[in-house]
Amino acid sequence: MKMLSKITLTATLMFLLGQTTYAACGNTSGSINILANDFPALRTYTATAKDCAGAGADFKVNHTSEHSNLAMAALSANPAEYSARIGANSSIVPLMNEGLIRPMDDLVAKHGKGLQKSQLITIDGKVMAVAFMANTQHLYYREDILNELGIPVPKTYEEVVAAAEKMRSSGKLLNPYAAAYKAGWNLGEEFVNMFLGHGGEFFKPGSAKPNINNAKGIATLKMLKKLAGYSNPDFLTHDSEAIKVEWESGKVGLMTLWASRSGTLLDDEGDPGITAATKLAAPATVGGGSIPAATLWWDGFTLATNRSDKDAEDSFKVLVHAATSKKMANDAADQAVWLVEGFTPGPKSVGVLAAAKMGAKPYPMLPHMSLMHGALGTEIVDFLQGKESAQQALADVEAAYIGKAKEKGFL
Amino acid sequence: MKHKTFFWFMLPTCIAMVLFIAIPIVSIFVQSLFIEHQKPTIEIEICDPFGCKKEVGVDIEAYAALNEEQPLGRFNGLETYIDRNHLAFKELYEGWSNSKNFREFSSTFFNLPFYKALTFTLTYTLFVTPFVICLGFILALSINALTLKIKGPTIFATILPMIVTPLMGSLVLFWMIDAEGIIGSTIQDLFNDPYLSLKASTTLTWITLITYGIWHHAPFAFIVFYAALQTVPQEPIEAAIIDGADRIQRIRYVVIPHLLPVAVFIALISMMDNIRVFEPILGFSAEASAQSFSWLIYNDLRNIEVMNFGSAAATSILTIIMVGILLTPVLIKTWREFGETR
Amino acid sequence: MATLADIKSRKLLIINTIFIITWLIIAAFPFIWTFLGSFKVREDFFSRSDWWYVISGFNTIIETGGRYTLNAYKEAWIEGEFWYAARNTVIVTFFVVTISLFLGTLGGYALSRSPYRYAFWILITALVFRAMPHITLVSGYLFPFFQLNIWGILPTTIIVLVAINQPFTLWLLYSFFKTVPKELDESGMIDGCSHFQAFRYIIMPVMWPGVITAGLFSLMLAYNDFTVTAMLLSFENHTMVPKLQSYLGTNQHEGNMMWAVASVVSATAPLFMIVMFFQKQIISGLTAGAVKG
Repeated sequence: MKMLSKITLTATLMFLLGQTTYAACGNTSGSINILANDFPALRTYTATAKDCAGAGADFKVNHTSEHSNLAMAALSANPAEYSARIGANSSIVPLMNEGLIRPMDDLVAKHGKGLQKSQLITIDGKVMAVAFMANTQHLYYREDILNELGIPVPKTYEEVVAAAEKMRSSGKLLNPYAAAYKAGWNLGEEFVNMFLGHGGEFFKPGSAKPNINNAKGIATLKMLKKLAGYSNPDFLTHDSEAIKVEWESGKVGLMTLWASRSGTLLDDEGDPGITAATKLAAPATVGGGSIPAATLWWDGFTLATNRSDKDAEDSFKVLVHAATSKKMANDAADQAVWLVEGFTPGPKSVGVLAAAKMGAKPYPMLPHMSLMHGALGTEIVDFLQGKESAQQALADVEAAYIGKAKEKGFL
Repeated sequence: MKHKTFFWFMLPTCIAMVLFIAIPIVSIFVQSLFIEHQKPTIEIEICDPFGCKKEVGVDIEAYAALNEEQPLGRFNGLETYIDRNHLAFKELYEGWSNSKNFREFSSTFFNLPFYKALTFTLTYTLFVTPFVICLGFILALSINALTLKIKGPTIFATILPMIVTPLMGSLVLFWMIDAEGIIGSTIQDLFNDPYLSLKASTTLTWITLITYGIWHHAPFAFIVFYAALQTVPQEPIEAAIIDGADRIQRIRYVVIPHLLPVAVFIALISMMDNIRVFEPILGFSAEASAQSFSWLIYNDLRNIEVMNFGSAAATSILTIIMVGILLTPVLIKTWREFGETR
Repeated sequence: MATLADIKSRKLLIINTIFIITWLIIAAFPFIWTFLGSFKVREDFFSRSDWWYVISGFNTIIETGGRYTLNAYKEAWIEGEFWYAARNTVIVTFFVVTISLFLGTLGGYALSRSPYRYAFWILITALVFRAMPHITLVSGYLFPFFQLNIWGILPTTIIVLVAINQPFTLWLLYSFFKTVPKELDESGMIDGCSHFQAFRYIIMPVMWPGVITAGLFSLMLAYNDFTVTAMLLSFENHTMVPKLQSYLGTNQHEGNMMWAVASVVSATAPLFMIVMFFQKQIISGLTAGAVKG
C-alpha cells in the first residue's frame, strides 16, 4: 500500500512537473544581490545558487523576515539594492504594478534549459517569476486515536467537526482540533481557505469591489466558528508554532497546518509515540465542494527592473541553476516540496501533492488581495469572540477593505 | 548666552533631529493628504505551477504615466483622516441617528477600529501611568529604608524589568502565562478553575497587558524617585520629628511636596511611552482583544507588500495630536516654571 | 509611648520586608526562569504537558543524557551566527552612546544657559518629537535611504538611533546642566576662556555623573532597539534583537525556539552586567540632575 502510494506520488509529481534537461552553471562576473525571507529551505536554495556563482563572484544575500516591508523601497531605488527578490504568490503583483520587476522571457529562452513550463509564472503571457517550491495547509491526524474511536480519516470539514465531537464526547481529548487562528494574517488565511473551499469569489467579476458578504461568506464564518469551538480557548493567539507545540503534547487529534511545518512533528525529538501516530492527509473540502478548502502557495524569484541587464542575467543564471538542481532538491527533500524536476517526494509532500491533484486554488495573485486579507484578519475576530453577527462581521470587513482600497486607488 | 554661541552649540543636535524626525514628520503629514491614483485595470491571464486563470490586473503603463504626471498621487485633503478606518465621522453620525439607545450606539462606536484602539490606548495609559508612579514611589521609600549592605543588590534586581527590550520581556512572560505555563497554571490552581485562560477573554488580556506595563515601567519611576529622595532636605524632616510627626506624616507633608516636580517628569515620560504601547501587544499575541494606535500603524504598514502609507501617516499624526492633548496641562505647567526661572 | 513607637516601627519593618521580597520575586523571577530553561531542550521549556519539566528536564534527560545542556547556546552562537550579531550590537551601541552624548551635552548645555524663549520652544518641540511612533518614522526613511544607497549599513542606523534618542538625552542633560551654577562658566570666561573652552574644561569635569546616566539611557535604547534595526539593517549587519526575532520563525516556516531562548539570555546578560557596574552612577547622576525635572 505504502509502495503504491509512493509510486502514485512520484507519478503525480512527474505529471505536474513534466520532463526536462539540466541547465549548465555559468561563469558570472556581474554583482548578484538577493532579497529573501529567512528559513532553512531558502537558505539551502541561495547556498546552491552561490555555489554556481563561484567564489570570485560578487554574491550577496539578505535573508530577513522583514523582506516584504523592504522589497518595495529597495527595488524602487535606481540602481535597485537587489538584483533579485525571492517572493511568493502574494508578493509578485504589487511589485509588478509599480513596474519594479522585469519580464524574463528572453533569459528563459537563453539560459532556462532545465526549467519546466509549470515553474514559469506568466502574467499576461510574460514570464515574471520562476517558482521552485510549493506549500499549502492540510490535515494532520493522530492515527492511533482515530483507530481507537473507529473514525475514518476525515475528508471534509463536516467530517472533521463530527470526528472532533466524537473525540471530545469520548472524553479522550478536551480540545481535539487545532489550526492557526491567531488574529491577523493567520486568521485571514483560514478565512481565505475556507471561503475558496465554499467556491467563493472575493471580488465582483472584473473589478476590485468586495464580494464576501453573502451566503458563502456566512457559511465560511459559521464553519470557522464551529471548528474554533473544538479548539483550545486561546485559539485567537495561536500561530503555527503554538499549535505545533500543542500537537506535540498529545492534546490534539486533528490539525490544519502548513506542509512546510511538518519538520519537527516527524523528527525523532519529543514523544516517539505521538510522532509515530502523526499522519498527514489531503486538505479537507467543505460544504459539499469538490476543491479542497486550502490555497496553494509557491516561492519563486523575480528580477529587479532597475538593475543592469548584466546583473539580471547573472542573477538569473545562478538562481535558475538552483531552481533546476536535482541534487539540492533530493538532499534537502525534508525541507520543502520542491518544484524541481527529478525531485522524489517524501512522506511530507503528501498534503501538497494531494491538494494540487484535487484542484486546490492558488492563493489569488491580485494586487488588492492583501488589503482584503488584512481586513479579514482583524475584522472577523469579533464574530469568533461572539460579539457580533456574521453579517455584521462581513460588512465590517468590506467597509475596512473599501477604505484601504480607495486609498490605494483600486476603487 | 549669545545667539551665535547658542546656534553653534545647538547645530549638531538640531541637524540630527530635523533630518531624521522633523522632516519625516512633515513628509508624513503631506503623505497623509494624498491617496494613490485610481489604478486603470485590464484583464490579464496569470499562469503558475497550478494552472492558468484570468484575473483583474493593473494597466502598468497607464498607471506609470499617471504617476509620472503627479508623483504624490491624488490630493485627498483630510478625507483619509475622517474615513472609516480613522475618525469615521460619517459612520458615527449614522450610528448615532440610527441607534435607538445608547447601548446600540456604543456597539457601533466600539466596532470602529480607531475608537477600539483609542479605548485600549487610553485605558492602558490611564491605568499604567498612575500605578507606575505609585509603585515606583513606594518602592523608592521602602528600598531607601533598607540597610546599605542589601541596598545595592535590591536596586539591581528592581530595575531588571526596565532594562530588557519589551519584545523579549513580553515574550518571556507570554511563555509563562500560557495555560500550561508556570504562571498560567498557578493562577488556575489559585482560582480553582481549570478552564481559566489569561489569553482567551478580552478583559483578562487587558489586565495582563496592563500588569505587564506596570511591571516594565515601575522601575523607571522607582529609580528617578529614589534619586530624588537622596536630595530631600534634612532640616524640615528633623523639624517634623521634633514636632512629633510620625513616618507617614513626614512623608505626607515633607517628602511628597518635594518629589512632586519629579512625579510630573515621570508622568510625562511614562505617558508618552504608554501611548505608544506596541511591543507587548505583539509579544502577548493580543491583537485579537487589544489594539493600540501603534498597532494600527503597524497593521497598515505590514500589509504584506502593500503599504498603506497614507493611512498609517494619518494615524501617526492623530497619535501626535493625542499626545499633545494629554501633555497640555504638563506643558502649561512647565511653561510657567520656565518663565519663573528666567 | 516609646514601646508603642517601637511596635509600630517593627510592624512597618515587617511589612516593608515582605513588600520588597514580593516585588523582587515579581521583578526577577521571569529572568531566573528563562535562564534555567535555556539549559533544557525545546520540549521541556515549551512543554504543554507540565511546566515542571523546565526544572526537572524530563525530555532533556531523554535526548541528551544530562539534566542540563548547552546545546541551545552552542547552536545559536555558532550555527545561528549570533556572535556576529553581538559584534554588530557592540559597534552600534558604542557609537550611538558616544555620538548621542557629544551632541546632547553641547545642546543641553546651550539650552540650560540660554535666557531666551526659543530655548523653551526647542525643548517643547523635542518633547513632541519624542511622542512620534518610531515605526512611522522608520517607514518614512526606507525610500530615501534606498535612493541614496545608504540603507542597510551600520552608520545609517547609528545616526538614526542617535536622532531618535536626542530628545530624551537633551532633556536629561539640560536638567543636569541647570544644576551647575552659571557662575562657574562665567568665572572661566573672565579668565579668558571662550564659551566652548569654558564648557569643555570647566563644566564637563563636574558633569560626569549626569553624562553617565544619560549614556546609560542611550545605551539601553540602542541595545534594545527592534523597530529601527530590523528595518534599516541588512542581514549581515543585524544586531542581536532582530537576529533573535529571526529565530522565532515565520507563519509558514519553523524557526528555532531554543535559539531564541538562549539568545534572550545571552543578549540580556551583558546589559545586566553593565547596569550592575554603573548602578551607583545612575543613581548619583539622577540625584544630581533629573530631580529638578
